Amino acid sequence: MSGLLAFLVVAVLVGVAVWLYNSLVGLRNQVGSAWAQIDVQLKRRHDLIPNLVEAVRGYLQHERQLFERIAAARTRALAASGAGAVGAAEGALSQAVAGLLAVVERYPDLKANQNVLALQEELVTTENRVGFARQLYNDLVARYNTRQQVFPANLVAGALGFKPAEFFQADAADRQLPGVDLAPR
Amino acid sequence: MAADEPTPAAGPGQLPPVPAAGNLFDEQRRNRRATWLLIAGFVALLGFIGFGFDLFVLGTSGMVHAGGVPFPLPVAASGAALLGIASAWLGYRFGDRAVLASSFARPVTADDASPEVKRLMNVVTEMAIAAGVPMPRVHLIDEPDPNAFATGRDPDHASIAVTTGLLKTMSREELQGVVAHEMAHVRNLDIRTMTVVAALLGAVLLLSDWATRLRLGLPSSRDSKRKDGVSLGGPFVVVLLAVWLLTVLLTPLIGRLLATAVSRRREYLADASGAELTRNPLGLASALRKLEAATAPTARIYRGTAHLCIADPLGSAVNDREGWLADLFATHPPIADRIGRLEAMAYRRS
Repeated sequence: MSGLLAFLVVAVLVGVAVWLYNSLVGLRNQVGSAWAQIDVQLKRRHDLIPNLVEAVRGYLQHERQLFERIAAARTRALAASGAGAVGAAEGALSQAVAGLLAVVERYPDLKANQNVLALQEELVTTENRVGFARQLYNDLVARYNTRQQVFPANLVAGALGFKPAEFFQADAADRQLPGVDLAPR
Repeated sequence: MAADEPTPAAGPGQLPPVPAAGNLFDEQRRNRRATWLLIAGFVALLGFIGFGFDLFVLGTSGMVHAGGVPFPLPVAASGAALLGIASAWLGYRFGDRAVLASSFARPVTADDASPEVKRLMNVVTEMAIAAGVPMPRVHLIDEPDPNAFATGRDPDHASIAVTTGLLKTMSREELQGVVAHEMAHVRNLDIRTMTVVAALLGAVLLLSDWATRLRLGLPSSRDSKRKDGVSLGGPFVVVLLAVWLLTVLLTPLIGRLLATAVSRRREYLADASGAELTRNPLGLASALRKLEAATAPTARIYRGTAHLCIADPLGSAVNDREGWLADLFATHPPIADRIGRLEAMAYRRS
């Protein structure tokens, strides 16, 4: 009788462990694919920016500083590695691009130009794609990390080789109003 | 909603209880279950209609004796049940195409590069990324009234259709709100439930119409006195006949009630999870205000697909009211109420 009881207890424990393990693996894979999506969107942004900038450079000769800033930010973003560092570098790039968008807003003749409008749309969607990919990634990371930290998973997560995932941080500068430091022209 | 939460000035004084915005997996599970229940109920209903047909209309031709109790051969019953299963399967598998075709939606092609379409495709891509689902197929409906719907059976086989009027009237932010609402329907698997409902509703309307017409041309109560001497008379059969007739007559109504009950709750949820995707409830709130202002009915969206749309394409007055009657018949909650809730979300966020 007690043998049966012990067997049942062990069976339940094993069942719970299997369920925990599988749900953690599922979440880890989701986090992984969300990171891959960020990567895709970042690469798209890095490829697009030079072309997009080239398209308006002619109209905005006197905004040289801005273009240099974008180019420098892009170079740094390309060189960065690891979720935290990439996040910071990409945040700076986002801010530089937002600066360009703000400048375009300031020129009514530019806003009437079809090419510039198309460019503006392209920049907005590029930034949004990166932003939404980051949002999904961070939501999943939060869920994955929470799942590891709550009882009873916290007892076994470490032993099973699950580590908390790193958030994709937006740089502190990213949260400032875009384009503020462009004011003196 | 917590009790101490401030109500926005624009919203109605008292908002009805919000359905708990449960997590995504709960919603998906609920939709899978709802789809199965709907299909089972639908097949049972058709079977019952067919059974009555066997009993009261074809009854004289053949009887089976099961344990001394005479039973009509279930010819129509099994036929109708099979038809039910077939149409449920067809609805599940091809319902999206039927819905899209019935509203004259055309797929967006690569050579359609107008700025508006480009913007739409960008917004849909962004929202697919935010929701973590594959890019759905995008369709356009040439129609000046702004409206949109999503259909399909799962996120891998999903379509979003918008009217050209929507592209003209909405700003980018508002368009994003609308697309996010549709993307929430896709991710929650609402599209499956809604599309199956649309398909079954169509089949029910057709069949009950057909059954009612057949009934009228045939002899009725005298038939219960069988030629082979087996009497099926008695109060039981009379009650059964009454129930059957009532079912045949009420089926279209039941179907419509089901469609509305399933869809209204889902609209609130899609508003909430759409706002969660954009992190900008005011975009959708402002879009809803524009949808409300556009009072003209959406001509190209067929009645049977009304419950799929973001705003009632028929412009029914019943959708603007709360109360038991509106609860029964409106496919959509009042827009003012939806706007109020979205503004409350924005208030909480800031």
